[in-house]
Amino acid sequence: MVQRISREEVAHVARLAQLSLSEEELDSFTSQLGAVLDHAADLEALNVDDVEPSSHPIPLKNVLRPDEPIENFDIEEVFEVAPEIEENQFRVPPILGESQ
Amino acid sequence: MNDSPLNGWEMVIGLEVHAELATKTKMFSSALNSFGGAPNSNTDPVSLGLPGSLPVLNEKAVELAIRVGLALNCQVQNSVFARKNYFYPDMPKAYQISQFDLPINKDGWLELPDGRRIGIERAHLEEDTGKITHIGGGGRIHEASYSLIDYNRSGVPLIEIVGAPDLRSSEDAKEYVSELRSILVTIGASDGKMEEGSLRVDCNVSVRREGIEEFGTRCEIKNINSLRSLGRAIEYEARRQVDLIESGQEVEQQTRHWDEAEGRTHKLRSKEEAFDYRYFPEPDLVPVDPSSEWVQEISDSLPPLPRDRRHELAKATGVDPTEASLVVQRNLDGFALKTISLQADPSRVLVHIENNLAEGIGELTPEAFASLTMMEINGELTATQAKTVLADLVEAGGNPHEIAANHGFESMDNSELEEIVGQIIAENSDDWDAFINGDETEKKKKSGFFVGLVMKETKGQADGKIVNQILTAKAES
Amino acid sequence: MKAVEIAKKVASGELTARSVVEQHLENIKNLETEVNAFNIVTTEKALEDADQIDARIASGETLGPLAGVPIAVKDNLCTRGLETTCSSKILEGWKPPYNATVIDKLKRADAILIGKTNCDEFAMGSSTENSAFGPTRNPHNLELVPGGSSGGSAAAVAAGFSPLALGSDTGGSIRQPAALCGVVGVKPTYGRVSRYGLVAFASSLDQIGPFAKTVSDAALTLEIISGYDPRDSTSISENSPEITKVLDEGIEGMRIGVIEELSGKGLDGISEDVLLRVEEATKVFSKAGAIVEPASVPASIYGLSAYYVIAPAEASSNLARYDGIRFGPRTEAATTAETMTATRTKGFGDEVKRRIMLGTYALSAGYYDAYYGKSQKVRTLIMNDFAKAYEKFDILISPTAPTTAFPLGEKTTDPMQMYLQDVCTIPSNLAGHPAMSVPFGLGKDGMPIGVQILAPALAEQNMFRAARVLELGNGEISE
Ligand SMILES: [Mg+2]
Ligand SMILES: [Zn+2]
Repeated sequence: MVQRISREEVAHVARLAQLSLSEEELDSFTSQLGAVLDHAADLEALNVDDVEPSSHPIPLKNVLRPDEPIENFDIEEVFEVAPEIEENQFRVPPILGESQ
Repeated sequence: MNDSPLNGWEMVIGLEVHAELATKTKMFSSALNSFGGAPNSNTDPVSLGLPGSLPVLNEKAVELAIRVGLALNCQVQNSVFARKNYFYPDMPKAYQISQFDLPINKDGWLELPDGRRIGIERAHLEEDTGKITHIGGGGRIHEASYSLIDYNRSGVPLIEIVGAPDLRSSEDAKEYVSELRSILVTIGASDGKMEEGSLRVDCNVSVRREGIEEFGTRCEIKNINSLRSLGRAIEYEARRQVDLIESGQEVEQQTRHWDEAEGRTHKLRSKEEAFDYRYFPEPDLVPVDPSSEWVQEISDSLPPLPRDRRHELAKATGVDPTEASLVVQRNLDGFALKTISLQADPSRVLVHIENNLAEGIGELTPEAFASLTMMEINGELTATQAKTVLADLVEAGGNPHEIAANHGFESMDNSELEEIVGQIIAENSDDWDAFINGDETEKKKKSGFFVGLVMKETKGQADGKIVNQILTAKAES
Repeated sequence: MKAVEIAKKVASGELTARSVVEQHLENIKNLETEVNAFNIVTTEKALEDADQIDARIASGETLGPLAGVPIAVKDNLCTRGLETTCSSKILEGWKPPYNATVIDKLKRADAILIGKTNCDEFAMGSSTENSAFGPTRNPHNLELVPGGSSGGSAAAVAAGFSPLALGSDTGGSIRQPAALCGVVGVKPTYGRVSRYGLVAFASSLDQIGPFAKTVSDAALTLEIISGYDPRDSTSISENSPEITKVLDEGIEGMRIGVIEELSGKGLDGISEDVLLRVEEATKVFSKAGAIVEPASVPASIYGLSAYYVIAPAEASSNLARYDGIRFGPRTEAATTAETMTATRTKGFGDEVKRRIMLGTYALSAGYYDAYYGKSQKVRTLIMNDFAKAYEKFDILISPTAPTTAFPLGEKTTDPMQMYLQDVCTIPSNLAGHPAMSVPFGLGKDGMPIGVQILAPALAEQNMFRAARVLELGNGEISE
């Protein structure tokens, strides 16, 4: 049987998803993800070239909100349960690397 | 690094400009869109990306985006939001809501003052990120001991304007940004303040040998905070690329960072290290398909654009559009036209706006400005005196005649001046003979001599032009 | 007692809200240790709220339609100031600064929140075994699972802890546990009920819906929680459906199709017991004057495959915000990136990690078209096939779950076996249509079986009319 997803690919995907996996987890995830992808292989036989994709079940458009402020929020409630706050800001360990 | 001009090479430049849209609230929630304020005070569950929160699109942001699109001659179309996925602490949801396959505006152009059209590939809506302050290590990211995040800017609506690679010099690039900023401000879409970060420029630069059609490998430069940096960064980067190629190396496709202090670009990452953003349609939002009626309504409400204004001013003053462009950029073309309509001399009006009104018009009115230029033309004021009076008018307004009088600029009436000239001629008859009978050079020399004496006698209040006129008239009589 | 009766008696003064709440707290006290339906029981607050309701009634006020009725809500619905965990360690201790829209609506109807129910972590699972706080057990047999992911809500209603509960249904997470626990469970039309404040699993599939012992209680609850919400862009503008009014109108002349592909012919693994009950249901419908015929929704057999690409893809993005920066417990490390990774690695359970990785893979460069793109096209095929079927039929029926409740631990090591539990429920989520499970008889093992009733978008009225007929028929067969 063709292997649907390799151990390396699983490791790559884990990095993209900011997860770290042990060696054993890498093995078990590789085979479990492979099984799901194998099941999804039944889609391969379907010819859907002329079919439009649907990302929404209900076709809505132009849902817009007036540009009006609503005051009903207290940031203190967020700070109270936040991991680390300093001077009304969210504190994080050193950041290495750059934003977009 | 070699500083010589890029002989035999051509730069190819395309800019991506992000502008914050001037809405009251954020792109996807009713938290305030405002600069400054206590950290995290302009937030809500949506702009903090709290679990269970959902985005709802701001109508005004869409309207402003359409205004930008129309002003840039774009096609406004059905658009779809997508998620751009990557982890970074300034991005509360770990994805940015942006537009990908279907931007709201595409295929437009912008006209530079010299008439060249620069392509606009797209102008799409997206949300801004929060702001990070690095603590310790002089505020630099790599030496900081920790960082603090303020999400006030998170979710502020942005329009990203992607220009075609049609620019050919750093001057072009600066003109493009100036023109774009002027358009954005004119239509009320953005305040366009580069220094406050409400207008941000990323720059794609490549080089190719003159005459070659094919593009070279490009690098994207980030962190450009002023027009001056934009020009410097482009010059540096083009030189770097030419030096690489001329030394037999290849340009690698990279994202680079402009370091203003060092005056150079640094590598951030190469194409291979590029992020895998996993774009997909944002399931929490529905497509925006502006009706043609709405687009027409917005189009009808657009004020005259800088390009039209340049052409109008050029027509009224007889200068060419390139010269009129600075006046339009300073948003003083309406003022200039009003002044000219009051019988002011067009060229004096433009000269003063360009040279003496860089900081704005203050208390100056078109009426006072028109009188001032008339006084100049009539010889009541010298150019230097006019500048002084103008400065006072800007400062506090008032009547130019009175201001001139207060400065003692009251020019003498001509009969008084004629008397003085006659007296001086009588006292210097040898020189007067030389003036009358001499050749051109001698005539010039002697006229300077007489004007100087008149000025000395009148303590500088006489107009040199008029003194000359009197001398000529006396010589001929 | 039925919710409608409680509300009536509380409003008339025949019962106090306090006594109602006390009775249910008593049931919880007796059985919750074994069932573990709740993450939190809001004992004090519920009694306070009950006293307030009694006071308002004493002062002559007219109260809302759920006056004094306890309701349990799934722990993925945001409740202001009250811990909301999604049964995940990554949200332990998190108190939202706002209420989900449905919570506000229940409050306005004068319902009383009695607790937050256990579920599979982030609603990912079909057995409520993927909870960081231990599994919920089926009140009918404590060795068996209650189904999932809204297993705590289904079990709470089945065990008499609460007459009503809310759950969320992304691929069957209300209907399947309703079937396994022998209660009514409804997934409304996508957009009917606001998702604002529902912690997202897969945004284009998630819907909130009610659990109840009876069809009429479920109908009333759905009416209350439905309606346009300007805070949810995918909310539909239609008014709440008037279901309770039409419940007893019968189904004379209604055209009912039995989905062949989901009733044994296209799928393995659907048990004989279940198929038998579906067949008996057709007899109940025929007897009530409906025209019952086989129906075909050919693409529905691809639903499971498409779902297990689309749902994880959206989940991988929806769950990226759990990074330990703004909320939830943080596992501190030397850098921000390492802190994010450590927090996520420690905070998420295995099933959540599997789905995040599956979804990340399906969206990543080079695989998007083959997996995500293709699945969205299959979604279109399913919608088209349903549309065709609904030209001929007013409603469709199928099994809800392929089997009755199964033993704890039976499917935990083989995710694919667990995923197959949702094979009959998933197509309605992909199409955005309403569907509900109605208890109908028992299996050979004595455990409840549910029949699924499906309807076109916004056709909740017809769906509930048929459900009511089935409910009456169930009384005949099981008594
Ligand atoms: Mg418990
Ligand atoms: Zn951008």
